[in-house]
Amino acid sequence: MNLHEYQSKQLFAEFGIPVPEGIAADSPEAAALAAEKLGGDLWVVKAQVHAGGRGKAGGVKLARSTDEVRQYAEEMLGTQLVTHQSGPEGLPVNIVYVEVGSQIERELYLSMLVDREVSKVAFIASAAGGMDIEQVAADTPEQILTVAVSADAGLQPYQARQLAFGLDLNKTQSRQFADLIQKLYQLFCDCDASLVEVNPLIVTKAGDVLALDAKINIEDNALFRQVRLTDMRDPSQEDAKEREAAEHDLNYVSLDGNIACMVNGAGLAMATMDLIKLHGGEPANFLDVGGGATSERVSAAFKLILSNTNVAAILVNIFGGIVRCDLIAQGIIAAVKEVGVSVPVVVRLEGTNVDKGRELLAESGLDIISAEDLTDAAQKAVAAAGN
Amino acid sequence: MSILVNKDSKIICQGITGNQGSFHAEQCIAYGTQVVAGVTPGRGGEDHLGVPVYNTMREAVAKTGADVSMIYVPAPFAADAILEAADSGVGLIVCITEGIPVLDMVKVKSALRSFDCRLIGPNCPGIITPDECKIGIMPGFIHQKGKIGVVSRSGTLTYEAVYQTTQNGLGQSTCVGIGGDPVRGMNFIDCLQLFEADPETEGVVMVGEIGGTDEEAAAEFIKSDVSKPVVAYIAGVTAPAGKRMGHAGAIIAGGKGTAEDKFRALDAAGVATVRSPAELGSRMQELLQG
Repeated sequence: MNLHEYQSKQLFAEFGIPVPEGIAADSPEAAALAAEKLGGDLWVVKAQVHAGGRGKAGGVKLARSTDEVRQYAEEMLGTQLVTHQSGPEGLPVNIVYVEVGSQIERELYLSMLVDREVSKVAFIASAAGGMDIEQVAADTPEQILTVAVSADAGLQPYQARQLAFGLDLNKTQSRQFADLIQKLYQLFCDCDASLVEVNPLIVTKAGDVLALDAKINIEDNALFRQVRLTDMRDPSQEDAKEREAAEHDLNYVSLDGNIACMVNGAGLAMATMDLIKLHGGEPANFLDVGGGATSERVSAAFKLILSNTNVAAILVNIFGGIVRCDLIAQGIIAAVKEVGVSVPVVVRLEGTNVDKGRELLAESGLDIISAEDLTDAAQKAVAAAGN
Repeated sequence: MSILVNKDSKIICQGITGNQGSFHAEQCIAYGTQVVAGVTPGRGGEDHLGVPVYNTMREAVAKTGADVSMIYVPAPFAADAILEAADSGVGLIVCITEGIPVLDMVKVKSALRSFDCRLIGPNCPGIITPDECKIGIMPGFIHQKGKIGVVSRSGTLTYEAVYQTTQNGLGQSTCVGIGGDPVRGMNFIDCLQLFEADPETEGVVMVGEIGGTDEEAAAEFIKSDVSKPVVAYIAGVTAPAGKRMGHAGAIIAGGKGTAEDKFRALDAAGVATVRSPAELGSRMQELLQG
């Protein structure tokens, strides 16, 4: 689950991490009032969307008067902001964050994540802040600093020194930085974050270290114990179909092709997409219906798949292990009847009671194309979609 | 021979009285696995599925001499269950539970270093040595005793590999589902090392997926340390970057973890890769005959 910048900064402030003062606003008037309340003569108006690259997309504006703040807020609110990360349709701007302007001396990069290679929480820092960090890592890997934290010992002072010296901070700044990352580590652990990114972390002209941007992702598996953070969820920033799928305990990801798939198991679901591609087709989605492919779930899955108007054929690929194929076949038949599927459905069943399952499908009178194995299924689905 | 588990393995099921634990422990017993006890705190003294239930792992191990734990405890309590198992002295812990917070696993991995035990999973189908011992949720009947070691991050794709090697008569020595989480116990390399040393295993089928760099590390290891033929498949060539594909660990992040990178590393290491999961069994047969 992703948090907005203004929510992330609220958490930063709670943990004592220095951030510029700011106020979230949902109307141009509220934005102007916020600027007044914050005071000063320079503000930044920032569109709150779950995507990076806002600056280049016109989602971050410097304002020199409250009128300008109002004007920029008006231009942003109610629009779809398209950035290089948002997808072509963009994301709705329902909130802008008005922040006091900062005098920037240096821009640095700082992030935290779980480094799966060492099974530890790791910090990544670079003096090349404000840039696309993946590009920096690819072009100049020597500019990337990392330290991995021992789960038992916690973040150590020497690790903070390693990063601070690497970033070429002076003595005062190093002390501020060490304090900041200690608090960031606390936040990461307490909030069950999967990613914290500060890009840029700045040194102000006054010489202080400050988090100018903030991005926090919370790990979905830990939401059961992060009730307060769960309430910060903004559904308007999420893919509607993926959200609906999650409500039915289905794992769904939209893709651009026209052959929909419904599969049990995440690995097999990915493999099914790959097989469609291998045989000349394009998958329309990733969909894992999980182990217990009941008829209710299969129905929900069919409805979801068919809400994508690009879909020209459906490939159902189920390896019935502990779940019996005849039960799955009944589920498919019931769902096809209930939902009224109008495109060809190719079904590959394998596993327990497979013969009985295939028999049921054949006798159902429905337009279901039965496939013998993985390859046969992919070929038939590609042919049925007319690719 | 086989790796890690065999007909003499004695298993305790943690969470045996829960829905999942009860259902799957019963299937394991029906397969012939020696499930000797269960643990559910507060249910000690009861009998369940014909085996005694204990309150703690220490007591269960002391009373039964079991050497393996199989965990179906719900995600919020699973990290505690793994560490309780480690502390009880069992040598192998198989954690089936899906959805454990990754920071819990970071702590578990760190704490496990002080115990002499191995962890399989979490979020995995488990481990099976056909005709001897089934620990987990895999359908037993698709397996056949034989000579192929299977190691995989995905449950249903493991079943595909198993099914194919059963169909063509090769059979399996042991199959290990190492799980789909980013922080987990045993990895490809640990299993490859054991399969290499196991005289009964003649070849290894390895199934990876997008996310992380474990397949790349495995490729290096195969190049230097594995003499037996390895067939590999990686799922997720068509997966978009930045999207989690079902498994917590199946995500291309920061430009790392693409299927193409993994295929390239495995090809460079001389591994027989297949672009279609339907060819895992047939490719292995060719290698063993050639």
